[in-house]
Amino acid sequence: MNQIPVVHKEIPPQLPFNSCAIIRTLTLIAAISGLLVVLVVEWTRPQIAANQRQAVEAAIFAVIPGAVQWRPFTLNAEGEVRQNASAGGTHIYTGYDEHGAIVGFAAEAASQGYADIIRLLYGYRPDCHCISGIKILKSAETPGLGDKIFTDSDFIANFTALDTRLDAGGQALLHPIVTVRHGKKENPWEIDAISGATISSRAIGRALDESASALLPQLMRQLPQFTLPEETTP
Amino acid sequence: MTSPTPPQEMTMDIFLKGIWEENPVFVMLLGMCPVLAVTNTTINALAMGLATTFVLLCSSILVSLLRHAIPKQVRIATYIIIIATFVTMVDYLIQAISLELYNALGAFIQLIVVNCMILGRAESYASRNGLYRSVISACGVGAGFTLALLCLGTVREVLGAGTLLGYPLFGPSFEPWVVMVLPPGGFFVLGCWLLLFAWLRQRKDRTTEALRHGR
Repeated sequence: MNQIPVVHKEIPPQLPFNSCAIIRTLTLIAAISGLLVVLVVEWTRPQIAANQRQAVEAAIFAVIPGAVQWRPFTLNAEGEVRQNASAGGTHIYTGYDEHGAIVGFAAEAASQGYADIIRLLYGYRPDCHCISGIKILKSAETPGLGDKIFTDSDFIANFTALDTRLDAGGQALLHPIVTVRHGKKENPWEIDAISGATISSRAIGRALDESASALLPQLMRQLPQFTLPEETTP
Repeated sequence: MTSPTPPQEMTMDIFLKGIWEENPVFVMLLGMCPVLAVTNTTINALAMGLATTFVLLCSSILVSLLRHAIPKQVRIATYIIIIATFVTMVDYLIQAISLELYNALGAFIQLIVVNCMILGRAESYASRNGLYRSVISACGVGAGFTLALLCLGTVREVLGAGTLLGYPLFGPSFEPWVVMVLPPGGFFVLGCWLLLFAWLRQRKDRTTEALRHGR
């Protein structure tokens, strides 16, 4: 049972202490270590960037059905739209069809779930004034209960055409997005919760409501700003 | 190389020891944190096992090669730097292979640095043996660790999600035993495996005892 090799070495009364050797060894090890890490980082960098881009792209196309190309935009606090992913503000991904016409928009939303903050990407289609899909980006919800927000097909069906029409003034949502108890959904702006995962379902409803009511009025006001930039049109 | 090349059956012994007699999980109970945390699916268990094996193997090679150059006073610090280097490499490699896998394993890739099994092997084996034996031993212990993780991961995925490698096994009427993919399930399954191994060992001891008395 107890076969961990224990080597009993006679410890000399005082270990020979050689500062030069210690410094030399640590420097050598640190140099080897640095070299190896830099090599691997440089070698994997393009692949990691490609993976991340692919993940973003897959999520955008999943929430905006019909889109075949996309461009990143940002909407800053003053409500200015920029065609630059690195500018400060809310990121908005615009999806276009093959002719370069706007199909929809994708933006991130987040809210506190049962275990941790749930981050998701949702798609919005201006033609039907509705949310056209969601994709959970990060969640730590309980397996078997809260993680049904990924898998429950009835729940996901809530988001194929979730009504997000604006009021007459275009300042706010006509009906706030609300999560209702399982089986109680009556209106197209309501989300039918998963039974047994009410907290996670509500978190998604809250995330969408907060993000959509802040973003969509601004988005609709500045719709022309999101047209596909001329120079990049194929 | 100071140690003479050991005979063939000897190296096989070193390798098998890591898998069976000195299995890091089922016998020595080392590195329990990733064992319990990331074995909720077979794929996660396999990836974690292979990543740990890679770190163990590479750090054993380097520690073994440098064992005469490392002063005793700073050996632990040196081992940690060596281990951390390979963990960082694995971290980037897994990101390059699959982001999904990287997100599933979470912080446990970085935490290989503090896996006591790897530091233990560096201190108790690689720093005292030649390159050849260190490599064989690291492969054996790594294989033992990976197998143990797979034992847990497979059972937990089958019972807790009703799938194997993501493919459903029992049809739609199966109600998954959710607790098995949650943290308590890790303890339950590990406990059952330990029970099995303890029973096997006891039975073996009894048989040898009986044989000895019979003679």
